[in-house]
Amino acid sequence: MSWFELLQAAFTYGFMWRAIVVGISIALSSAFIGSFLVLKRFSMIGHGLSHVAFAAVAIGLFFDQSPLLVTLPFVVLTSVFVLKLNESANVHGDAAIGLAAAFSMALGTTLASIGGGFNMDLYSYLFGSILTIKMLDLWLSVGLSIIVLVTIFLFFQDLFTMTFDESFAQVSGIRTKRLNTLLAILTGLVIVIGIRAIGTLLISSLIIFPTVIAMQFSRGFKATILIAVISSVVIVFIGLIGSFLFDLPSGSAIVLLNGIVFFFVYVYHRLIRA
Amino acid sequence: MTKDVLLHVDKLTVKYHHFTAVDQVSFNVMAGDFIALAGENGSGKSSLIKAILGLIHTAGGTVKNHVVGPIGYLPQNTVVQDRSFPASVEEVVGMGLLATKSFPRRLSRQDKERVRESLVRLNVANLAKKRFGLLSGGQQQRVLLARALVANPRILILDEPTSALDQAMRKRFMHILQALHQEGVTILLITHDIGGIGEYVNRVLYMERRILFDGTFQAFCEQAEISPYIHTHAKRHDEEENPS
Repeated sequence: MSWFELLQAAFTYGFMWRAIVVGISIALSSAFIGSFLVLKRFSMIGHGLSHVAFAAVAIGLFFDQSPLLVTLPFVVLTSVFVLKLNESANVHGDAAIGLAAAFSMALGTTLASIGGGFNMDLYSYLFGSILTIKMLDLWLSVGLSIIVLVTIFLFFQDLFTMTFDESFAQVSGIRTKRLNTLLAILTGLVIVIGIRAIGTLLISSLIIFPTVIAMQFSRGFKATILIAVISSVVIVFIGLIGSFLFDLPSGSAIVLLNGIVFFFVYVYHRLIRA
Repeated sequence: MTKDVLLHVDKLTVKYHHFTAVDQVSFNVMAGDFIALAGENGSGKSSLIKAILGLIHTAGGTVKNHVVGPIGYLPQNTVVQDRSFPASVEEVVGMGLLATKSFPRRLSRQDKERVRESLVRLNVANLAKKRFGLLSGGQQQRVLLARALVANPRILILDEPTSALDQAMRKRFMHILQALHQEGVTILLITHDIGGIGEYVNRVLYMERRILFDGTFQAFCEQAEISPYIHTHAKRHDEEENPS
């Protein structure tokens, strides 16, 4: 079978279409939210929350419940908790994220050890698997993505101003504490959306890569988001196809591709354009 | 003719745990004032301004804001913004219009025209498409001033706007402020170095957690016995004016 025939065959499978729809949902929402998180120097919250998602998935599997439905409240609440810990209790942001991540990993691995039977399922959640995406995952991903995108659209100027200059945003009448809480909730939602296709351990990279790739080119914020969104969607699409063709975990294929693109863009920007 | 009171600050107190940064400070800002709020580092100037603007909690006292429309604000240390932050100059200036918008805040074509006019006013229209972080310190301050002015505020509050600028840049920046004051903008400027600024202002507030002096710059220089600080800065001002 030639590559072309293999590619044609890929699109005859329902799971492939589901993977592409879920993949584009996560590509769009993670690129948008990532632009604010990376520039606020808060991108590690995604990394921390991905560990929390791992624990939540383990809880779901342990109690034989839908892992995504368990993960949704668990991750969103932890995201807000980390933010509040950072705001009110003299715990620095990176320390708060570190605490939540370490505790969650310990909880997840303990549950995996006790309930040994679900270890293979857990592995698919760690690195993403396009074969396991069900219709429920698809609707959940699309629905959550729409919520994230509409919210960002409505609060775009507020989020941009707060990210650039928080005290000026406050003087302009923007309620920055509420907006930070909203950003934490949206970040939690994006992590949940990405669990199936990208995996709990790799989803945070989809928040970071598109923005840092776009930052190599653009002068303005809107242009940065546009480039981040386009590169994110294209890379996720190619990564999913590559995952099918080479029988790789989808999350790993997408993140590796992001890393390669970033390397070439960075080298081009630093060595050739400079 | 009596002047309008724009801000009435009454016994304002700011505390950080047990440390009192601002201790029962009272004063009025009148329409047409060009005030230098001076004091040494750590004297509570920035805390006072942040309390007036509602950026921090107060431990007591009140601020009555009689300003119609937005307050123009230029925060401290924005000059040292992350150089890699991808915000164009026109996007940064556009932020200044948000205070006039209701949810969901969007900039219209007219707003973009106002942004352009503000950039022209500050003579930085040629920088509109540039990345803010790549500008020089002086250019950044002019852009931030354009942002503070784009909504045509009656009052402008600037927190140490010249601290990162060299002598020539500082002088140019102060000339811009002087021109704005002549156009009718009331200005409250925080500085830890009154020496190079005194000639432009019509009123000096000197504080050390409390207001120790409120009067003209001339009177401020004459009362050099108030503190060694004033003496030092008055002397520095004389030296700058009359280099031997």
